[in-house]
Amino acid sequence: MIQRSLFHPANRAKLLPYVTTPLLVALIILIWHSYVTLSGVSPFILPSPQSVWTAWIAMLYDPRAWNHTLMTVYATLTGFAWALVVGVGLGVLIGRFRWLEQTLNPFIVATQVVPKVAFVPLFVVWFGFGLTAKVIVAAVLAFFPILTNTVLGVKSVDAGHRDVATSLNATSWQRFRRLELPSSLPYILTGMEVGIVLAIIGAIVGEYLGGTQGLGYMMIARMNAFATNELFAVIIHMTLLGFIFYFSIGILRRILIPWHQSTQR
Amino acid sequence: MIETAAPRARAIESQAGGGAPHKGAIRMEALEKWYGTRDPRVHALAPTDLNIPEGELLVLLGPSGCGKTTLLRMIGGLIEPTSGDLLVEGRPLWRDGVRQNEVLSELGMVFQEANLFPWLTIEDNVALPLELKGMPKAERRAAAAKLLKMVGISGFEKRWPRELSGGMRQRAAIARALSYDPHILLMDEPFGALDAMTRDQMNLELQRIWSETGKTVVLVTHSISEAVFLADRIVLLSPRPGKIDTILNVDLPRPRTAETQATPAFQDYVRDLHHRLAAIS
Repeated sequence: MIQRSLFHPANRAKLLPYVTTPLLVALIILIWHSYVTLSGVSPFILPSPQSVWTAWIAMLYDPRAWNHTLMTVYATLTGFAWALVVGVGLGVLIGRFRWLEQTLNPFIVATQVVPKVAFVPLFVVWFGFGLTAKVIVAAVLAFFPILTNTVLGVKSVDAGHRDVATSLNATSWQRFRRLELPSSLPYILTGMEVGIVLAIIGAIVGEYLGGTQGLGYMMIARMNAFATNELFAVIIHMTLLGFIFYFSIGILRRILIPWHQSTQR
Repeated sequence: MIETAAPRARAIESQAGGGAPHKGAIRMEALEKWYGTRDPRVHALAPTDLNIPEGELLVLLGPSGCGKTTLLRMIGGLIEPTSGDLLVEGRPLWRDGVRQNEVLSELGMVFQEANLFPWLTIEDNVALPLELKGMPKAERRAAAAKLLKMVGISGFEKRWPRELSGGMRQRAAIARALSYDPHILLMDEPFGALDAMTRDQMNLELQRIWSETGKTVVLVTHSISEAVFLADRIVLLSPRPGKIDTILNVDLPRPRTAETQATPAFQDYVRDLHHRLAAIS
């Protein structure tokens, strides 16, 4: 490995975000602070950065907040796991069998186009105010990007690689395990990156509309209490949660497909 | 009753044929291929008879569209013949539209692209056929090491395919095809994607591997000099529909080297084939 100076042009582009991101965040907070101070806007409309920060720190010391967080994490991950299993399984079958694709395609397009969030009240009616409804909403939202990316991945399996599997007389299972699954993994992971974020949205929207648990419920409760700074704190909390999930998939990408271009540094 | 009697009769027949006398031999009778089911169908290969004896290095040569790749892929079990007989070591490769797997395991295939799986290391790629057959990991590793040594890329066991040059990848692909020790090696323009210098070197290597292993090799190419350099026998195919035009024995001493290519005899073969090829394409 050639060791280059940190300020070598090739490294400069990589280091840039580590400098610009904190600067931009600082700038946004500065503008926010100035606006609140200068305009005298009511804290119920726009709280100051300091009060949001204080509220978030207070939240971190509140066991009930962590309980809500745990509920949202649970609904997100359970729903996501279901979406992953069903999405990859069905995606592989659809990618493999043309007749199945042609049979299911109208329904897949239809369910893609339907605004799925509109079904959330229905899920609440069907499954009640408990966790089940939230898990299902998260799963339904995360399902489609995972499904469509898996289908794309299986269809993109290299024809030459298929020839190799055929000439080696691979069984149907071997073909899946040794060729289609690893070949589709980069696509599946892209689907997962989109899917995990949608799963959080699903869980939170589910919590908005029913029940007394989760970060979505917490937001509604803070809003109704006119505690806008605490509402902001919950939003920050959710954003961090989203980052953690998203980067977890990124780490998974490095572990699962070290051979792929997307993993090259 | 007839259903059960027939396979037994065939089994006796192939035993009487005696396995060993047929080893590595390929026999085609009126082998024909049409593509498509609706008109206009494409006549890829007119009825073709060809015998390939054990241990021969046979080259299929011809312009594009002459059906040479179709013929090779049929022998390799990737395409089903429309009609005719295809016997590998005396046993039919296809029986009632079903590919016979025990026959297939005597065939090793090398393609124009190395077609290594990018998610497997070189070692795992080479040993993939053994893994599919259920060989334990330690044995596979030992086998892969031996194979990589034979094709001259020892030390690259743990690399990813993308870390190797085109020539090295093709060496690994040859090692993979040899891993389960098939009697026959089928090569579809194996060095067509390589640069000229690497290609010459790979031809020398192939000649060495062929003479070391004693395999029957069927190689497709559109390069006349490559054909003359490698072949015991050249089958020249003409296009639309693909059929055998000429069969040519190449009587040049082995091992052939770079010097062989400078001999008048070599150049005579090349010139004759040029003329013939110009006449048919």
